Amino acid sequence: MARYSLTVNGAAHVVDVEPDTPLLYVLRNDLDLKGPRFGCGLAQCGACSVIVDGNPVRSCITPVSTVGNQEVTTLEGLGSVAEPHPLQAAFIEEQAAQCGYCMNGMIINAKVLLGSNPDPGDDDIKEALDPILCRCGSHLRVVRAIKRAAANNAATA
Amino acid sequence: MDNFSLTRRRLLKSGGALVVSFGFAPVTRSLAQDGGTPEERPFAAENPDLGSFTPEPGDYLDPRELDSWLAVTGDGGVTMFTGKVDITGTRTALAQIVADELDVAFDQVTMVMGETTRTVDQGRTVGSSTIPRAGQQLRQAAAAARQELLKLASKHLGDPAERLTVNEGVVGVAGDAGRRVSYGELIGGRRFDVTITATGYQRGMQVAPEVQPKHYRDYRIVGTSVPRVDIPAKLTGEFEYACDVRVPGMLHGRAVRPHTAIAEPNGVDERSVEHIPGVVRVVREGSFVGVVAETEWAAIKAARDLRVDWSTPRTRMPADRDPVDRYLAETPPVRERTRQENQGDVEAAFAGASTTLEAVYRWPFQNHGMMLPSCAVADVQGDRATIWTPAQGPFTTRDRVAIMMNVPRKNVDVRYVEASGTYGRLTADDAAEDAVLLSRAVGRPVRVQWMREDEQVWDPKGGQHLTRVRAAVDSGGEVSAWDYENISMPWTESQGMPQLAERQIGIEPTYYGNANGTGGAGAIYDFANINIRSKTVPWIFEEVMPLRTAALRSPGEPPRVFATESFIDELAAELRVDPVQFRLRYLRDSRIRDTLRAAADRAGWVERPSPQPTADVRILRGRGIAVNQRGGSVPAAVAEVEVNSETGKVTVSRVTMAYDCGLIINPDGVRNQLEGNIIQGVSRALLEEVQFDAGGVTSVDWISYPVLRFTEIPEVEKELINRPEMPAFGAAETPIVVVPAAIANAVFDATGVRYRTVPLTPERILAGLRTGQTSA
Ligand code: FES
Ligand code: FES
Repeated sequence: MARYSLTVNGAAHVVDVEPDTPLLYVLRNDLDLKGPRFGCGLAQCGACSVIVDGNPVRSCITPVSTVGNQEVTTLEGLGSVAEPHPLQAAFIEEQAAQCGYCMNGMIINAKVLLGSNPDPGDDDIKEALDPILCRCGSHLRVVRAIKRAAANNAATA
Repeated sequence: MDNFSLTRRRLLKSGGALVVSFGFAPVTRSLAQDGGTPEERPFAAENPDLGSFTPEPGDYLDPRELDSWLAVTGDGGVTMFTGKVDITGTRTALAQIVADELDVAFDQVTMVMGETTRTVDQGRTVGSSTIPRAGQQLRQAAAAARQELLKLASKHLGDPAERLTVNEGVVGVAGDAGRRVSYGELIGGRRFDVTITATGYQRGMQVAPEVQPKHYRDYRIVGTSVPRVDIPAKLTGEFEYACDVRVPGMLHGRAVRPHTAIAEPNGVDERSVEHIPGVVRVVREGSFVGVVAETEWAAIKAARDLRVDWSTPRTRMPADRDPVDRYLAETPPVRERTRQENQGDVEAAFAGASTTLEAVYRWPFQNHGMMLPSCAVADVQGDRATIWTPAQGPFTTRDRVAIMMNVPRKNVDVRYVEASGTYGRLTADDAAEDAVLLSRAVGRPVRVQWMREDEQVWDPKGGQHLTRVRAAVDSGGEVSAWDYENISMPWTESQGMPQLAERQIGIEPTYYGNANGTGGAGAIYDFANINIRSKTVPWIFEEVMPLRTAALRSPGEPPRVFATESFIDELAAELRVDPVQFRLRYLRDSRIRDTLRAAADRAGWVERPSPQPTADVRILRGRGIAVNQRGGSVPAAVAEVEVNSETGKVTVSRVTMAYDCGLIINPDGVRNQLEGNIIQGVSRALLEEVQFDAGGVTSVDWISYPVLRFTEIPEVEKELINRPEMPAFGAAETPIVVVPAAIANAVFDATGVRYRTVPLTPERILAGLRTGQTSA
């Protein structure tokens, strides 16, 4: 057991966990977050994506001991049902989900994409999200939602 | 020795079951055929093939009590209870139906779904049956409730019911704006205590047929694209998925399984996990082995590190898919089904034919591939259990767990919590059974989360299929005979069958499983002589093994339609007729004809025979079409493909689908389903095949079992055909069935090579192009 201080969605937290515990389980089980989701534990699907200091990170393979004092942002850190982030609002507008389980990975990675490319074309979006899997086939809606968000200047939000 | 040579070895002790061994010992029982009629067993198993049981008092909510279906709160909210679960947005669609029928606003309705103590058993959520079957049952229950509410209002207001109108749950008197009373005031928080009629059981239940529901012209909410109620919370992290369930005192568990058949362990070395802090218990029961830990990470590590000395199973895995095909071809079936459309004398037609064609089509084992692997929480306390699970059949889970624990059904309380898309996978609720065994061992609630590897290996797969088709053409160029035989294994993990953990603790199957069907086998075509058969071969093994099977999205139909619609295309090509025109010659049903034409028109189909390969170009382009009818729904798809003749890679550039599912409840919901079915269909046609060898399943993750990704998705065009005068037939799984055949036909159009084995991998494409033969 070791003690770690984490900054998640702007708030400081202290957890006592094994050093090799992947960040995913700390976020889900110690901090009770539901945005980052388990899909594979192998860095193959993207369901567990979070943003660490501006970069997309697979929390399922990121030991909590390596996070240090970097800023962690999860889906919850973007917005809520009451006050959705423009990206989330665009996904809602497009009804971009079937089961919705993969959508954490979609939105988190879209957020990072828009940060570097505020007006991506279809191919930019598909390239950027290619590593994120969706079994339900919501891909077309995700592409439309990200373009809608870009048109609404979500990048600056 | 051929692993699949079939030797009848011995009889099982349990009730005369026939044990067969093909090196890997399947057990099959020649019993439990169709016994009794469903009506004799109200609320009993959905499948009349299964053994009967007699419900005891308290096992089921009584569907004849109106209060079993809905409750009105003081503020006029309506809570509707359904035994169905939401997998494809039906929480929203069912609420639309109920709101319309009750004359309340859409957002006044809340759905409670899939709880064994609070909802009527309307059957498992399978087969696109929620909207057509459960939707109709809820509509009738809501109509009966509205009638009751009007009676109460009539008494309250002193006006005859005929003069009353309802708007958003407020009853008014025509022409007298002052007199009104709300549903909430009439009954809020109280029971109706009214009896309605309900006969039959589960999906076949007839609810209050004597009550006249609304005419479809009076629908206000049905037929509109109401946004899904669940979507916002899923996009913000506020939604509670099954993996998010946390119960006080809960521990984390994992089952430990090999990648091959499971035999008794010789030993389990508990010291191998002693170094992991937080391990609570190593559990062994029969051949079931699992670990329980304080934290999820400790459970994961313990499951990874636990040394289990598995004894060698008697059940051997086949070396690859070829011996399984041989086994399908050579094994006497346990069940053979024919089709009511069978007619004429096929053999005579063949004898008099001027041309005959025949072909064999092959379909591999495929995974459901849920994004969230199986998970569940169980809390076993003495002879009672509470289970939180994403099962597609909460009542099935309850009944299986009651058998496992040897307790009355009503001691088991199963509560549905949504997971990722399941596609039939959670008709077998394996994680719940694992959690029950682990919780029982430690006396505390245990959460079980399968890892990706567990899910890929032990997923009860869509079965391998072998289809042989022959056709005769007479001297006038007419198809005179259609002879179609499809062979597959049953769904061994179907309702009424013991599942993975149960098998491991010694509960034996008493039945061969749900038999293979005959849908999509060409019965939509009106040929003079037709013989369609489907065969089910035994597929229960002495030990449970990972090539077990379950319903997979439109079970059996993608493989059957792949064969049918490919072979129809072969006939059209043989006769040099345009594929659309050829189909129209033999299609009688006007909805099927209309849908086929709609897809062709929308896709800009140009009439000409296939193939039309272009010589010596790197990228070959083609188009193909396929059509079907299933459960009242009619999908037709045109696929456009590019085949890279150097790499063998097939790219599906566009899929155009026309779809007629009768009355459309929520157009955007149907469009969403079409997109998803098309993309998953492309994935299944091009990429998906469970790999295995004699040592076990080798598709263990998303690298060894790839699925379609963003850069590979096609453009999609959709044409919805609404038939408001018809029942609603659903859209969750039927659209997928035409996609693989349309793609294979397009590849033929592009290359002139007929590919009859799914998936259409680059290796298969290149092999076909190299040999230059017309089929591969
Ligand atoms: S769960 Fe981390 S990438 Fe799949
Ligand atoms: S919406 Fe279900 S996995 Fe993407």
